[in-house]
Amino acid sequence: MAVTQEEIVAGLGEIVNEIAGIPAEDVELDKSFTDDLDVDSLSMVEVVVAAEERFGVKIPDDDVKNLKTVRDAADYILKHQS
Amino acid sequence: MTAKIKPAQGSPYARILGVGGYRPTRVVPNEEILKHIDSSDEWIRSRSGIATRHWAGPEETLAEMTLEAAGKAVADAGITADQVGAVVISTVSHFMQTPALATEVADRMGAGKAAAFDINAGCAGFGYGLTLAKGMIVEGSAEYVLVVGAERLSDLTDLTDRSTAFLFGDGAGAVIVGPSDEPAIGPSIWGSEGDKRDVIAQTVPWDGFRVGDVSQLPLDEDGALKFPALRQEGQTVFRWAVFEMAKVAQQALDAAGIAPEDLDVFIPHQANVRIIDSMVKTLKLPEHVTVARDVETTGNTSAASIPLAMERLLATGKAKSGDTALVIGFGAGLVYAATVVTLP
Ligand SMILES: CC(C)(COP(=O)(O)OP(=O)(O)OC[C@H]1O[C@@H](n2cnc3c(N)ncnc32)[C@H](O)[C@@H]1OP(=O)(O)O)[C@@H](O)C(=O)NCCC(=O)NCCS
Repeated sequence: MAVTQEEIVAGLGEIVNEIAGIPAEDVELDKSFTDDLDVDSLSMVEVVVAAEERFGVKIPDDDVKNLKTVRDAADYILKHQS
Repeated sequence: MTAKIKPAQGSPYARILGVGGYRPTRVVPNEEILKHIDSSDEWIRSRSGIATRHWAGPEETLAEMTLEAAGKAVADAGITADQVGAVVISTVSHFMQTPALATEVADRMGAGKAAAFDINAGCAGFGYGLTLAKGMIVEGSAEYVLVVGAERLSDLTDLTDRSTAFLFGDGAGAVIVGPSDEPAIGPSIWGSEGDKRDVIAQTVPWDGFRVGDVSQLPLDEDGALKFPALRQEGQTVFRWAVFEMAKVAQQALDAAGIAPEDLDVFIPHQANVRIIDSMVKTLKLPEHVTVARDVETTGNTSAASIPLAMERLLATGKAKSGDTALVIGFGAGLVYAATVVTLP
């Protein structure tokens, strides 16, 4: 069963909370990981791998750079989930 | 006819009996690194935890640093140098390809005709050497083995490369491994992932200078040839270290039958505090486990980092003899080696 954008954002919220300690509800579509959510480039790697596991997608290193906002990540996962 | 061959007589088990380290006298703060790259002290500390590192001077050669560390390890083990039956040195920065650094060290330390050879297992070199030493002692081809990680990575650092200039340091760490009646070194979980051999590598092979197409060689701004250096794909290495190496560390604990609660000390390769912190989290190590964070003042010294960190934890009383420690090294190859040991 494919997940919805809402479910992905909620999932990313839990992941970001676990890794960066930001409240899960602060993770909204238009937030930037690095500028708004205290997720630096290395924490982003951890977020990406946690998201891979949770949503069953592969996010190669080269694509990580393009995931600036929560929306970018959610769209990527929506598009690539099996 | 097939005659009956008498095998060597080894010890039932092996253990680390002593440890010693040498750190070069010159301490290099981040401010000095900033002369060559566009960065900041704050960025370097937040992404790597590194505040200072030691860089060797001309007198602090690999052999001199190793002899200092080895002398301390021999004394700490309570043996004499002539009892050492094999010298194994892991290094990637010994620029004299032949003979091996280990032969000079064996001779000058007074280990007589000890077997002596170098290995190249990058930042997993200590674990690789330890695994070899354990095998030799249990099989009976040596009673005491000196295992060393020795590096002058400053010689292989491109000061203008933003992803490595702040990372590397110099030093030597040594242990004496010898016989034991009790198991004191667990099973080694070691291996390689050669499909990732390009993610940490020397910029050009030595013979690139001889046969290579000059257009392939690294040049500085003035068009002069640059000495080879270590380069890496930082994010790829970080991802691998954080996720794959936590699994390897867990396997080493499982293989040794050690639960996280039984562990006293965690000494991962000192590459980056962020990698260390992430591994501690993934492995769910309890609060009471002492975690080595020597990288903050030593930088990444490749194969030397684990014995250097071990020595400092013991010297500062943060760990004590008899403690149970998980050690894991990982790096260029990519290669890795993890095991559980009893501290000397
Ligand atoms: C080297 C390492 C700290 C670099 O961090 P990183 O987050 O991967 O760095 P990136 O190259 O992705 O760059 C991220 C941002 O920081 C900037 N940056 C890179 N290097 C920088 C430096 N030295 N100083 C300041 N900023 C730097 C980049 O320009 C980029 O900024 P941008 O997002 O505005 O474009 C990190 O990848 C690492 O430690 N990896 C593991 C390396 C290791 O341990 N190797 C040895 C294993 S044995």
